[in-house]
Amino acid sequence: MNAAPAVAENIIAFARALRTAGLKLGPGSVVDAVTAVDTAGFTTREDFYWTLHAVLVKRHEDDPVFDSAFRLFWRRRDPNEAILHEMLPIAPVALAEKPGQRRVQEALQESSIKQIPRRQPPQQELTYDMRGTASDLEIFARRDFAQMSAEEIREARRHIAKLPFAREEMPSRRLVQNARGRRIDFRRTLRASLHAGGDLIDLRRRAPGNRRPPLVALLDISGSMSDYSRVTLHFLHALGEARDRISTFLFGTRLTNVTRALKARDPDAALASCSRAANDWSGGTWISSSLHDFNKNWSRRVLAQGATVLLITDGLEREPGEALAREMDRLHRSARRLIWLNPLLRYEGFEAKARGIRAMLPHVDEMRPVHNLESLEELCASLAKLR
Amino acid sequence: MTASKSPLPASIDDTLALLGANNYVADRALATVVFLALRMQRPLFLEGEAGVGKTEVAKVLATSLKRRLVRLQCYEGLDVASALYEWNYAAQMIAIRIAEAEGSADRKRLSTDVFSEKFLVKRPLLEALSPDPAGPPVLLVDELDRADEAFEAFLLEVLADFQVTIPELGTIRAEHPPIVIVTSNRTREIHDALKRRCLYHWIDYPAFARELAILKARLPGASEKLAREVVAFVQSLRKEDFFKSPGVAETLDWASALVELGAKSLDSSLVGDTLGVVLKYQDDIGRLDKAKIEALLAESRAQLKAAE
Repeated sequence: MNAAPAVAENIIAFARALRTAGLKLGPGSVVDAVTAVDTAGFTTREDFYWTLHAVLVKRHEDDPVFDSAFRLFWRRRDPNEAILHEMLPIAPVALAEKPGQRRVQEALQESSIKQIPRRQPPQQELTYDMRGTASDLEIFARRDFAQMSAEEIREARRHIAKLPFAREEMPSRRLVQNARGRRIDFRRTLRASLHAGGDLIDLRRRAPGNRRPPLVALLDISGSMSDYSRVTLHFLHALGEARDRISTFLFGTRLTNVTRALKARDPDAALASCSRAANDWSGGTWISSSLHDFNKNWSRRVLAQGATVLLITDGLEREPGEALAREMDRLHRSARRLIWLNPLLRYEGFEAKARGIRAMLPHVDEMRPVHNLESLEELCASLAKLR
Repeated sequence: MTASKSPLPASIDDTLALLGANNYVADRALATVVFLALRMQRPLFLEGEAGVGKTEVAKVLATSLKRRLVRLQCYEGLDVASALYEWNYAAQMIAIRIAEAEGSADRKRLSTDVFSEKFLVKRPLLEALSPDPAGPPVLLVDELDRADEAFEAFLLEVLADFQVTIPELGTIRAEHPPIVIVTSNRTREIHDALKRRCLYHWIDYPAFARELAILKARLPGASEKLAREVVAFVQSLRKEDFFKSPGVAETLDWASALVELGAKSLDSSLVGDTLGVVLKYQDDIGRLDKAKIEALLAESRAQLKAAE
């Protein structure tokens, strides 16, 4: 390796920061990056950018993350700026917020970068130390999202990304290889016997495989849900990363399909485009008309093949009545499994008193809380179980 | 172009006439997309509610162009063996045994002999790619949304290049591309990669005049008065907020049911008795009580009057 050891070490640190920011990079890519810089030569800044880009970016979604990370990491550091930096109370990162930038900044602060001395911006005293003991983590997991500071919400989002999203599977009619299957796979049997010269016929077998049923989430974004809807949306984004075939709808006073918006790999970009798509954030709730809209226009399109439905709402409806019960009934009968996630369940003595809740309750398979990390983790476990 | 005996339509008007000659009353949008699909030799992807005549397009095209109709009904678990090709295993086994008995068990030759076209059983997709004296056949891939996503991947190669790759045999390419119609009821979204290779058309419920024309073409036995009333009633049903609106297929079924019953015109008790032919969900039927039927009848009659 001819590259100056300092450069190589920086490339390694840079790759590590990218990995923390969410890029999927193995040690192989890091070696490749060093080799690539070695081959291309360490010349202009632009060439250097594209050399690293060629090796480290494997998906289009990662472009903005790489771009922000590159700008932050490989900043020119002239002596004047360093002095200025020392004098300013807060690190001067007054760039326009781009998707992925926050994650990059956090990632850069986490990784140890030796070659470029950076002054850590004075950290605000946390009300809570996350990297504490096991029991601290436990308390944090039980903490209500509504009572968390912005910093804690960020920490919670990091935890959400690491939740164990096991895959729900149900039997499919498609046959796959299976040594203990009941049916004979003639094609493989014959090919195998030809390999052996056609003397022996060793039976190969197959059996029905598994498939992953779709998941549909209906998320209430009205005012009464505002403390929970953004965190839950983040959860849905992470869930969408872990399993395919997930459709997401937002509803307040009307229904918005944000499935495509949530497909963006970067959580910040995905949430931003969700916000743009729906313009009834923190308004009123018309659950029954939104459900009607869903039942009429979407249920046949997204609920076939045994979908699980997550209905995330507090059930505080403006006009509860017959219509709401009818729409819930219709939804329940179109879905294989209907799970109601209700943040109101955080209260110990929760009773279904509101008329809207009473109308909806008979039509759901299960009702679960959704106000803290622990409840989300339990939800993941429940989703993995096949019913 | 192709060596087909019946020529493809030369214009959009020709296409309209061709479909019309076989009792398919198409609107101009559908005729345009069918014409383009035939001309550009691209698959046609038809989507729409159940019973609006998606499958019928393929059937009518096959009849009017005098081509063979190769139909592939999709279902979950549909695999290469039942959609593309299968090897005739019994014959292969016998061939191997014979080769052994003759003492010429040269392994390499044996495997190329056994995996040859002689032992290949053609399934619909491969059938559609094979040459046909009457011209390339019409391939109907029906209700693609019922198949699982794994099957869509098989289709990509067929739809893009009109060829299939059989690992043991190589690539089989259609000399003349078949006319491909893919239909979907949209019970799930079909992948963009597949849609990209096709011309897309959404078949909507027809307006009054066209539905009446369809009814007259398909059911010449119905009286003019009954036909008009039936179509007007179904049209006003579609304006109501039902879970499943009746399709054209339901209109035709209903009209022929009424003809069987010897009805000359609609009245509320007749509608109430035969409602199960038009609406297929109990919720929807339950919402139509006698008063509501009367109201709808009055509304549709008023519209008929206004149209005259």
